[in-house]
Amino acid sequence: MSQHESPLDGWLPRVPLGTWTESAVDWATGTLGPAFDAIAAVVDALVRPLDDLLTGVPAVVVVLVLAGLGWWLRGWKFGLGTAVGLGLVAGMPYWEETMSTLAQVLVASALALVLAIPLGVFIAENRRASAVARPVLDLMQTMPAFVYLIPAIFFFGIGTVPGVLATLVFSMPPGVRLTELGLRQVDKEIVQAAESFGAPPWMVLLRTKLPLALPTIMTGVNQVIMLALSMVVIAGMVGAGGLGDVIMFALSQVEVGSGFEGGIAVVVLAVVLDRLTDSVGERFPSARAQRLARQAA
Amino acid sequence: MPALAVKSLYKVFGSRTDEAMRRLADGAPRDEALAGLPATAAVIDANFEVRPGEIFVVMGLSGSGKSTLIRMLNGLLRPTQGSVRVDGVELTTLRPAALRKLRREKISMVFQHFALMPHRTVLENAGYALEVAGLPKAERRERAMDALRMVGLADWADKLPHNLSGGMRQRVGLARALAAGTDILLMDEAFSALDPLIRREVQDQLLELQAELGKTIVFITHDLNEAMRLGDRIAVMRDGRIVQIGTAEEILTDPANDYVAQFVADVDRTRILTASSVMEKAQTTLDVNVGPRVAARALRENQTSVVYVTGPRKQFLGTVTEDEVLRALREGRQSLDGYVSTERVRTVTEDTAVADLFADCAESQHPVAVLDAKGRLAGVIPRITLLSALASTTPHEVPALDGPAEVDLVGAKGDPA
Repeated sequence: MSQHESPLDGWLPRVPLGTWTESAVDWATGTLGPAFDAIAAVVDALVRPLDDLLTGVPAVVVVLVLAGLGWWLRGWKFGLGTAVGLGLVAGMPYWEETMSTLAQVLVASALALVLAIPLGVFIAENRRASAVARPVLDLMQTMPAFVYLIPAIFFFGIGTVPGVLATLVFSMPPGVRLTELGLRQVDKEIVQAAESFGAPPWMVLLRTKLPLALPTIMTGVNQVIMLALSMVVIAGMVGAGGLGDVIMFALSQVEVGSGFEGGIAVVVLAVVLDRLTDSVGERFPSARAQRLARQAA
Repeated sequence: MPALAVKSLYKVFGSRTDEAMRRLADGAPRDEALAGLPATAAVIDANFEVRPGEIFVVMGLSGSGKSTLIRMLNGLLRPTQGSVRVDGVELTTLRPAALRKLRREKISMVFQHFALMPHRTVLENAGYALEVAGLPKAERRERAMDALRMVGLADWADKLPHNLSGGMRQRVGLARALAAGTDILLMDEAFSALDPLIRREVQDQLLELQAELGKTIVFITHDLNEAMRLGDRIAVMRDGRIVQIGTAEEILTDPANDYVAQFVADVDRTRILTASSVMEKAQTTLDVNVGPRVAARALRENQTSVVYVTGPRKQFLGTVTEDEVLRALREGRQSLDGYVSTERVRTVTEDTAVADLFADCAESQHPVAVLDAKGRLAGVIPRITLLSALASTTPHEVPALDGPAEVDLVGAKGDPA
């Protein structure tokens, strides 16, 4: 892979980590091919209809639905802001790309959460698993985002599917971490109280720990969506489509105008998604009760 | 059979617990025994039995291991060694499912910081144990409401815990435990987080409820006054070991070691000690049918001036003075009948607190008569005895005595001013 001379030549044995990775990927492509095909089919089956739906309906409908949601969750000011922001995006030439990006973000983060939350629950209950998961999560988070694209291309080719899957991997860690954190932060005495009355572990988890950890878990959900949004643009490099394409094209052609338009569309999406998910978390009765309890204390 | 029986119970946290256990077995102090080991011993060789219907208080300062001890009584913590029996069932070897069943049916717990679920209403919290037990909703509601009524919070059923004050929240915690309907109640520093006045109020409420319900209660506290107030028996813990078990009076009057003695030094003994613990034997006690001649001789022999007279069933009738015995003698009577008076002596019961004796002692011409539950004379308390009982508690505060009869007894307890 690398043709550079190592400065340690002659002192230490060369470590061909790159070569090993390549052969592992080769082996995986050969042996696990059918599995990858299946995964690709599932992701495609999720993204395509949603993409079609969002790009298919008139922009006005989407703007009004999201603005209404914003009004309901956070009040009329945010509803109005949403309408203005999305209206601006709809007035620019990249509405369809924005909706494709939204579809990809929603699918990638939904899948990431489906994996992350149970994993977070598992490692919160199991110290050893937590010790193993922690460095893996660190690696997933610090690995430069572009690197995920390379194996994604190998396994899934070019297009939306590798983009969504790379996004999934990149955005998953905070979902796992904050689920674990939220569960560990639940007041030990309350957990013991539940146990002391003979509640079985599943009941303690579902009716005590998870409701009390929910505000933190929702922060994780919010983080996952934000990371997915940032990654989905990078995934434009593998031809995932959407705003990523717009921005990559603008970059290669040095077109400031369309680059800025694409960027603004991303920002508007980010703000709307961030505030919406944030207020969903706050609306859970357990979150409200805990907030009130803190205020009272 | 005891409701709870604990035998050679140990809990060692950390690693190399085997080595730690070996060293502790010699009875060395905790810190010496475990020096250099990555282990901490929270409970060392605890042994006690809790009788059905009693309030058993475990008292100790923080770090003495009392919270660890109580958590082994319902299996929240697994002992390192030893045995815990609940109604004869060995708890330490139970499988998880059987342990949960035992908790549902036999033991419930009240926590220091209430441990209410903030996202559930007061009623839902109170009914939690019943929900775990899988009772239908209507029945759950009814029994939880009953429990809330018992603690006086029925009107708050639909509020969330944060709407309630600390004292009220702990009453919900108590209601939750009561609604479970278990015979045994574990209370872990249940009132420690409350203001002193509120604490007193909930203590009273607990005693009231206990008089009605007769639960078996294990109560953990670091507050000696609380221990003395609530406990039928008290276990004093220090550095993981139980150093003494006894009634409040036993611990006060006969502390097992200097540590306990120091601990109880500040207690207001007059509220704990009772008449029976300070009284002495009446010098001259005679049956009412005894003749004055015998009475006169008894007075002479005992060098006293008053006879305590009892009836046919040994019940206390009153006193006869020296002068009256002489009069009876002159008048040639065959018994003391007719001379007995109840005017000159006050009577109290055996469990009257010493604090409540002062007025009686001051107004009684002769030593106060202490009667048992059947009205028989158990003993008497001369003023000087009361004073010396106080002197042993508060050596600096008792003024020097010239003539006991003249001392203002009520004032004698504190500063002469």
